[in-house]
Amino acid sequence: MQFWVVQGLNSLALGGLLFLLASGFSLIFGLMRLANLTHGAMFMLGAYIGAGLMRSVDGVSLWVAAIAGGLGVALFGWVLERFILRRLPDNPLGQVLVTLGVAFIIADACLLIWGGDPIPIPAPSYLARPLFVGGFAFPAYRLVVVLIALAAAAGLYVMIERTRLGAMIRAGVDDMQMARAVGIPVSRLFSIVFCLGAGIAGAGGVLAGPILSAYPGLDADMLPLALIVVILGGIGSLMGAFVGSFIIGIIYTFGTALLPDLAYIILFLPMIVVIAFRPQGLFGHVSA
Amino acid sequence: MTISRRHLIQGAAGFASMAGLSAGVSTRALAQSAEPMRLGLLTVKTGPLASGGIDMERALTMFLKERNNELAGRKVELIVADTAGVPATARTKTQELVEKNKVHALVGPLAAFEALAIDDYLREVKIPTLSVAAAEDMTQRKPNPWFVRGTSSSAQCAHPMGEYCAKELGYKRMITIGDDIAFGQEMSAGFQRTFEDNGGKIVQKLFPPLTAPDYGTYVAQLKNDVDAIFLAFAGSNGFRFVRQLNEYGLLSKVKVVGGMTALDEAVLRNMGDEALGIITTCWYSADLNTPMNTKFATAFRDQFKYDPGFYAAGTYVEGQVLEAAMTATKGNVEDKEALMKALRAVKMETVRGPVRFDEFGNVVGDIYIRKVARKDGRLVNQVIKTYKDVSQFWTYDQKAFLAAPVYSRESPAAKFLEN
Repeated sequence: MQFWVVQGLNSLALGGLLFLLASGFSLIFGLMRLANLTHGAMFMLGAYIGAGLMRSVDGVSLWVAAIAGGLGVALFGWVLERFILRRLPDNPLGQVLVTLGVAFIIADACLLIWGGDPIPIPAPSYLARPLFVGGFAFPAYRLVVVLIALAAAAGLYVMIERTRLGAMIRAGVDDMQMARAVGIPVSRLFSIVFCLGAGIAGAGGVLAGPILSAYPGLDADMLPLALIVVILGGIGSLMGAFVGSFIIGIIYTFGTALLPDLAYIILFLPMIVVIAFRPQGLFGHVSA
Repeated sequence: MTISRRHLIQGAAGFASMAGLSAGVSTRALAQSAEPMRLGLLTVKTGPLASGGIDMERALTMFLKERNNELAGRKVELIVADTAGVPATARTKTQELVEKNKVHALVGPLAAFEALAIDDYLREVKIPTLSVAAAEDMTQRKPNPWFVRGTSSSAQCAHPMGEYCAKELGYKRMITIGDDIAFGQEMSAGFQRTFEDNGGKIVQKLFPPLTAPDYGTYVAQLKNDVDAIFLAFAGSNGFRFVRQLNEYGLLSKVKVVGGMTALDEAVLRNMGDEALGIITTCWYSADLNTPMNTKFATAFRDQFKYDPGFYAAGTYVEGQVLEAAMTATKGNVEDKEALMKALRAVKMETVRGPVRFDEFGNVVGDIYIRKVARKDGRLVNQVIKTYKDVSQFWTYDQKAFLAAPVYSRESPAAKFLEN
């Protein structure tokens, strides 16, 4: 019983964390048709900015650090989009290489600035203790991560489905040429979405900090997870990223516990099945 | 992860100090060789293993600087290569050091999988190599004649820990958890062997992937009717695992002990009170109270603001061993066979304590049981017991040890696992 309850909560916590990572990736991928391989590095950059801030300035709470990390990485994303990616339209190979190269640069820059040791990011003290759920101890902070992910999902949903900006993004995702033709400023939309995606990744990195810490290699650990979630859920679909994150969270948690020998491939199996039978992903649709 | 071509030629610094050569310096060997000795350092300065790799470079640079870049009367030019912790890059960099830079000896590499990647090449080109990589078979069933290891094999420190847990701490039932790489598996296996030989039982063995994003799912699996958990983690994983144990409220319920890299000085400096009281085993502690180590640790701390750990101390020890061997060959490093013989014949006092080598080039030395304590405001690994003169075969018969398969996930078989 304890096993199922605690692992169930673990699944949700991992799912929430993955959503914070993958939603931005999915947004960018959907609108810009750009596999942003910098995403893992942005997540790590956010974590380091947050950790560095909390370490050097007294009294900065995790929430402030998360906002700072999000803004810092969003700014970085804006520069990257405005000055580099914009010069490479319709050149997917070039984009992939550039984002991968920038990811390496970020990783080494972080190593240079913050060193090679892991930097812990403390959870707020009132969340740092275990919470007792039906007699089972579970870290309170992890439950909060789930709540934050749910809130982020709700916020993004409202933005995409209920606002003018969201309508433009949806139009761009579905048919870019037509969107341009009816006067949607697609290139400005690109900047906004890239900033937003980068910002969510940066804030997500800080919020994941109390669980993962900031350490060199975090980027490389995270990027494949983002790819898996997005491929499973469907490109450019917020719903897909949401459901995909929690499915992966559940499969990973129970998979490694029940079938430890499959720990390495457990994440890729569902992805392969989905690609084989539904290449557009669970919630993706074939776009023009 | 990255392919960088950073080189740092230390020779320039050495050149500058040449003006300072006084009459007091031995001129015996200088006459014989105007050319400096070229020493290659294979280390990791980029990517996830960089923390240890940077420490290796700092320690070796410091070691040479203390000696005016001169060993046994011969100038030393240090050439540093960054392998990024990637076996293929380690191989390329080794080739570059040997063929382009024409090094006489190598220090490094850091990781076992790097050492294995250059194993056959070292045999081919016959370059004396002083490594900190721990792979058991490099000095056991497939010994490389050009290899000297002044640190320890994977299980060398775990052996005494198994006995200590069973005999002195009185633990009966334990769990081992470690990285799913040869290093973690060999360490777990060595610990299990001596723990069970002394009456203990390993009831659960877990091997999370090296890059497990989160240990929550493993923490939830831990059996709760055990005396303690043995951690066989490397790098920052031990640090992450202990933090998560604490998050789940388990750290107060179960005792934690660890292998030689679980709570290294390098991660200890980023930990808090949760680490207090955790007992680990290693061939070194920055807190080791010998005049030589106090001098080294203090100098290192003054310069870099943190305690030297596994990689810094290990590389410093390799430097000391190299110096002793070069003194024995009177600074002659061109005769590689003679240098290799001298390296393995070294018997000396180092910062880690007394050191000598067995016929396979692996160190025989003291192993320390250490407990995390707070001292002058920082966390240190306080030595609480010393096992003298420990070889990689522990107290087992060498022939029987080598006849058995190398330590792994399945070997020796765990007889008491419960599910």
